[in-house]
Amino acid sequence: MTELSQKERAQRITARLAKRHASERRFRALGFFAVALSALVLAFLLVTMTSNAVGGFKRAELAFKLDLSGGMLQIDPSQLASADPVGALETAGLRDIVQFAAAKALGDKAAAELDSDAWRDVARIVAADPALLNSSFDVSLAAGDDLASGLRGDGPPQMVALAKELAAKGQLATRFDPGFLTRSDATSPQSVGIWGALKGSMLTMLVTLALAFPIGVFAAVYLEEFAPRNRWTDVIEVSINNLAAVPSIIFGLLGLALFLTIFPYWRSAPLIGGMTLALMTMPVIVISGRNAIKAVPPSIRDAALAVGASRVQTVFHHVLPLALPGIMTGTIIGMARALGETAPLLMIGMKAFVATPPDGFTSPSSVLPVQIFLWSDEINRGFVERTSAAIIVLLMFLLVMNGMAIYLRNRFENRW
Amino acid sequence: MTTFHDLDPVEARISASGVSVYYGEKQAIDNVSIDISDEYVTAFIGPSGCGKSTFLRALNRMNDTIAGARVEGEIKLDGQDIYKSGMDVVQLRARVGMVFQKPNPFPKSIYENVAYGPRIHGLSTSKAELDEIVERSLKRAGLWDEVKDRLIESGTALSGGQQQRLCIARAIAVEPEVILMDEPCSALDPIATAKIEELIAELRGRYAIVIVTHSMQQAARVSQRTAFFHLGKMVEYGKTSDIFTNPREERTKDYITGRYG
Repeated sequence: MTELSQKERAQRITARLAKRHASERRFRALGFFAVALSALVLAFLLVTMTSNAVGGFKRAELAFKLDLSGGMLQIDPSQLASADPVGALETAGLRDIVQFAAAKALGDKAAAELDSDAWRDVARIVAADPALLNSSFDVSLAAGDDLASGLRGDGPPQMVALAKELAAKGQLATRFDPGFLTRSDATSPQSVGIWGALKGSMLTMLVTLALAFPIGVFAAVYLEEFAPRNRWTDVIEVSINNLAAVPSIIFGLLGLALFLTIFPYWRSAPLIGGMTLALMTMPVIVISGRNAIKAVPPSIRDAALAVGASRVQTVFHHVLPLALPGIMTGTIIGMARALGETAPLLMIGMKAFVATPPDGFTSPSSVLPVQIFLWSDEINRGFVERTSAAIIVLLMFLLVMNGMAIYLRNRFENRW
Repeated sequence: MTTFHDLDPVEARISASGVSVYYGEKQAIDNVSIDISDEYVTAFIGPSGCGKSTFLRALNRMNDTIAGARVEGEIKLDGQDIYKSGMDVVQLRARVGMVFQKPNPFPKSIYENVAYGPRIHGLSTSKAELDEIVERSLKRAGLWDEVKDRLIESGTALSGGQQQRLCIARAIAVEPEVILMDEPCSALDPIATAKIEELIAELRGRYAIVIVTHSMQQAARVSQRTAFFHLGKMVEYGKTSDIFTNPREERTKDYITGRYG
């Protein structure tokens, strides 16, 4: 081969250069396209969800004046301080009084369309402020399901007409419904709330975290820092990697077979749900924990050992604190997956209709994703918007969880 | 076999005899015997991969952390075999400290770096006492004047040379009998190197110091005893001046005159 002249060499390089630049531009365009596409999909999801959810945080309400003065309601104010003021007010006949007042103010036809649980809102208001017992005040109570769909314009014709008439008089309107965040599941979309499921999710996550985090971290520490390298640890490693890939419904079956056999009375309880989800989350924490521990430079271990730290001291004083941000990232990913998990919880019976928020870890409860699943299955159209609202609540919960994790992680990182 | 120059008989702090180190099947150190005393700085020199660092790490059992590493023979610290079951490895490392090739301060404050050793060994009973140990150690390491106003800053924020002196202060704080230094200046610039060498000269006599170095000039400057390693064997051991001016072995002469290495 003859040697190239300087000019020829320059020509060849220039010829190749155009190609190289073109391929670089192509690659960048591809990357940009990928990011733009995912941003678009995300934006689409958020926009549809939010636009639906806005309706979900509102409901059709009938406004009228409620007069409790003149001794209509016979109740001793001390009963309002009891454990069950709503029950006491029901016994005192509040339900009929509300119904009567509504009929007087809105007419019989409209009053008949008041939500059957509407009087409970009045009971809560009165219980919170006993001074209202002998006064008259404005209330805005949930309209029934039919009237609500009438207001949307998709109910039976006579309901649409009634809704129009009431709306024109200013007695029926769609109002922001803060109670959605404080009530629990109900049969009518007008009176459902998300609090029961939200609290259930929180309790379940607490159980999951309390079980999966320590067990996962200790397993990771032991495998990475103390366990001898032999066939057994290889088998364990492969098993853990496989566990992380097992479909979640299998964990549900395991929870059903294992936990519910031992604790049959805790069906649908956050404790059992949390234990089942912990099974699923633990392998994720172990894997990410091992990687984070592996990433700590060996020179730190040498430094600690060389001043005479024992192996446990080396791990707990130096290695673990340095690995913690990484471990926490893995934990959050695992927890986020557990929070959105529906299938395994269906297996352990967490799909029951639960109308009260759980009082503790062992009382029956629902969780957010299952609640969304149940509502999305409802025929009643009022549930569509409620479902979107519940999804927004779930996303917010996720966002808060991730935000907290990032905050904690940064704090730990700054300390070092 | 090793060629030994005539040496004054001194009381040995560390006495190794017939030491061989294996990494799995591979033999890294072959039958090394050496006495190390308090009075001198002992330098291990030799080409890369000759096993000098491996032998150094055998002296405080840092090789224990390497899977498959195995030590044969006898290494005695004050007459006690450090590989026998009577010796607690944690206690051994408190008595035989180590400084590494790359400065490796903990990612904690300067104060915490130095206080860590005394704290885990329970050497101080009060905060004031601990403060005193930290100050004394930093002074001995020649770092006090540079850091006394910023003890709470992170040790990793210091320059490379300061970090290495911090690591020396950390080793000193435990009051060891022996300090092992594994190429402590190889990651430092000449000025920082000079400071470390001055420091070694000052520390001499208080601690037995063993230093592994690639630089023959450094060995000549800081040490009084030199051992030349080649291919896992200790070829020659004697006074530093003898080794450098009057080597008896051909291989030592070739290495010192720069024919290989």
